[in-house]
Amino acid sequence: MWLAVLAGSLGCYLEKLLGYVLPPAVLAHDGVRRISGLMPVALLAALVAVQTFATGSSLTIDARAAGLAAAVVALILRAPFLVVVIVAGVTAAGLRALGMAA
Amino acid sequence: MTSPSAAASHRRQIHAKAISIGVATGAYALSFGAISVSTGLDVWQTQAMSLLMFTGASQFAFVGILGAGGGLLAAVLTAWLLGARNSMYAVSLAPRLDLRGLRRLLGAQGTIDESTAMALAHPEPVEDSRYAFWTTAAWIYLLWNIGTLIGALGAAAIGDPSVLGLDAVTAAALLALLWPRLVGRSMWATALAAAGVAVALTPVLRPGLPVLAAALVAVIASTLLGRRRGF
Repeated sequence: MWLAVLAGSLGCYLEKLLGYVLPPAVLAHDGVRRISGLMPVALLAALVAVQTFATGSSLTIDARAAGLAAAVVALILRAPFLVVVIVAGVTAAGLRALGMAA
Repeated sequence: MTSPSAAASHRRQIHAKAISIGVATGAYALSFGAISVSTGLDVWQTQAMSLLMFTGASQFAFVGILGAGGGLLAAVLTAWLLGARNSMYAVSLAPRLDLRGLRRLLGAQGTIDESTAMALAHPEPVEDSRYAFWTTAAWIYLLWNIGTLIGALGAAAIGDPSVLGLDAVTAAALLALLWPRLVGRSMWATALAAAGVAVALTPVLRPGLPVLAAALVAVIASTLLGRRRGF
């Protein structure tokens, strides 16, 4: 685990440093710029979907989906971050406590 | 030409904004610390992530992949892929920050979404841009790490994550990071396609890999957009 934490951290640091060290022309292509804008969108969306619907290798709809739906509503209402995550957590935990969802 | 007092009051505004951004990211850090510890990292490993990796989306992704049963390699690769945008931030900041030596090594670590946005939002004069970058980076670094520690210690004291709905909190935290990026049809289309690919591949690939496969969606979307614009 420590190895992964340190390798992940070192890589993320070097990525930051790279932009200062490399000549600008290397990274200033439109293609590179476009893909670096799309990459976080694709990865975060995939992570949201997997965190919500995957349990190991099987797909389930459980209290997490209700929590996510509550988070979407909170985001549409422009709630601050802490409210968004608390609403999601309370919704999921509440449904479980009431025995209405796994 | 602005008067010295007007310049000083502008600096105070920048500083106040930097503090408020720092406080807001401290709230993210609380949930990161809690999620990380409930995923199985200890408090030290969690704190090392915030001190050393210090880029929120990568940190959430790393512990999210591990929490979903993914392997360490998949977690590291996803964190790197998400961190790649910081290279682009550095490219746009480099000419105005003009960092050398130790300051460059420090400034690199502070190159994240919020500090970049603040530096670019205050382009003139260049001293204000630098001030915005450094104050935002410093406040976030401080409060991100304090928030992480509190969240980690809190979760270590509580124990079972599902009681608090912490598994649902992970998805909500990632969604909150995604939300402000969903501007325009191409971003929405990319997000929905990536989510669909990840869900579709979940039954057939090992945990962690469906997310990495969704990175290809970004590559394909970028190619399609490039072709449409004639590059």
